[in-house]
Amino acid sequence: MKRFLSVAAALVAFALPVQAQEEKIVAGLSQNAVQITATFVGSEILIFGAVKRDAPAPVGDLGVAVVVEGPSSPITVRRKSKVMGIWVNSDAVEVEAAPSFYAIATSAPFDEIISPDLNRARDISIPESIRILESDAVADTESFAEAVIRIRSNAGLYMINEGAVDMSEETLFNTRIELPSNLTEGDYRARIYLTRGGELVAEHSANIDVRKVGLERWLYNLAHEQSLLYGLMSLAIAIAAGWGASAFFRVFFRS
Amino acid sequence: MQIYLPIAEVSVNAFLLLGLGGLVGVLSGMFGVGGGFLMTPLLFFIGIPPAVAVATEANQIVASSFSGVLAHLKRKTVDIKMGLVLQVGGLIGAALGIQIFNYLKAIGQVDLLVMLSYVIFLGIIGSLMFIESLRAILKSRGGQVVPTRRRHNWVHNLPFKMKFRASGLYISAIPPILVGVLVGVLAAIMGVGGGFIMVPAMIYILGMPTKVVVGTSLFQIIITTAFTTMMHATTNQTVDVALAVLLLVGGVIGAQVGTRIGVKMKAEQLRVLLALMVLAVCAKLGLDLLLMPSELYSLGAGGH
Repeated sequence: MKRFLSVAAALVAFALPVQAQEEKIVAGLSQNAVQITATFVGSEILIFGAVKRDAPAPVGDLGVAVVVEGPSSPITVRRKSKVMGIWVNSDAVEVEAAPSFYAIATSAPFDEIISPDLNRARDISIPESIRILESDAVADTESFAEAVIRIRSNAGLYMINEGAVDMSEETLFNTRIELPSNLTEGDYRARIYLTRGGELVAEHSANIDVRKVGLERWLYNLAHEQSLLYGLMSLAIAIAAGWGASAFFRVFFRS
Repeated sequence: MQIYLPIAEVSVNAFLLLGLGGLVGVLSGMFGVGGGFLMTPLLFFIGIPPAVAVATEANQIVASSFSGVLAHLKRKTVDIKMGLVLQVGGLIGAALGIQIFNYLKAIGQVDLLVMLSYVIFLGIIGSLMFIESLRAILKSRGGQVVPTRRRHNWVHNLPFKMKFRASGLYISAIPPILVGVLVGVLAAIMGVGGGFIMVPAMIYILGMPTKVVVGTSLFQIIITTAFTTMMHATTNQTVDVALAVLLLVGGVIGAQVGTRIGVKMKAEQLRVLLALMVLAVCAKLGLDLLLMPSELYSLGAGGH
């Protein structure tokens, strides 16, 4: 009984600081909207903030992880294998949802500031962000998920930068997330996690609106809402350009 | 200078696209091929999504073929009547090809069959043409007069004879329609204009003079690719007009230059070069099938 009490006391003692701890994140983004124009070459978002606390900082290593995530969509991953001497697509796995963009920045090595439980609960790491469907035909669906990460990382769409979050005095933090030029539009989300000893202390999230504007917006809308008109316009441009070049050469080269 | 493409949703170098368009345009004007079979893989390579690359390429080919045809029309090297007859077959073939494509897709091995038929087809056409035209060149070097290639084969013994004045032919309408159907089927399955199949077929099966073949091929490619562009634009919304404009500015200029080069060259030389090009594409596709790819996995749009 005594032993049970001491265990209970220890548990309470362990749990209390988390409860009583009044640490909050106050954060801001350098921009809440990214406008994709015809000359868009990528962008950079500065994410900064401070840890607000009412009491002196409790013990334990403080960590900050920042995640910027693009809209998710389903994809089909195909794998080639050698059949009768030639390489052909043989297996396919449906990925239910994979983000179009995923960047993680942390203040320390990922495993040190995010415990495996927290990672699973909040879907923080890149593999956690991909939901894959189990397939009857394919046993090793894991390798398909890895392929998605590998291909998108090579395209600069998935990245993890450990140590990219600067922290000063356990209070102020900031990081920069690079948005590549091959960005797709949609509702992006920035998430900030404050951890102590790998456990979650506070979290904060904000939306980033990535939209095409101007000519890009107009063309995109036309293509989707007036597709017949858009097709005719494309053909008219092609015919006009073909005729223009022909006329130009006839006048200037007389041949 | 970087340009963000509204439909493809990637940022690319505008001058690179102008250059690519120009290069393919020259080939188009010279040989009467649309250039889709060269341009589409190049676009994949610079990161354009495949669906957008295929659809936009069709739009660009309309421009460069139109530019090329106008140059050929001035020289009276277009057989419009033959082009229209081929087109009749082409449309039947395209409708048929889409059915075959959907059937293969349902079985699940469409890529393989397309690639294999490509390699076999291009290999045979390319080598036959290479040997034939090389022989012609060697003969003309030897000082002999090259005999006009007008053989009387089965093609000339069929009913429904028509006069094709520009080609100097008086043959049945059945072979051109069959050639059109064949090319239409292949074009629909492979997503290309089909010029590089059409050109050898016109020379060797129909016996048309090489000079007329190029212009006539371009003429029928315009109609086929215009149709394809509209289909892609209305059903998939994958035609990127910004990408198309960049490609076709280079393409229409290239086509004019190519036509001028083509006219100055001898028919045999033109055929040898086209044969080499067909063989090169064939070798590339063959190697893709035989060598282990560096990335075994590929990502496609979702859905079932």
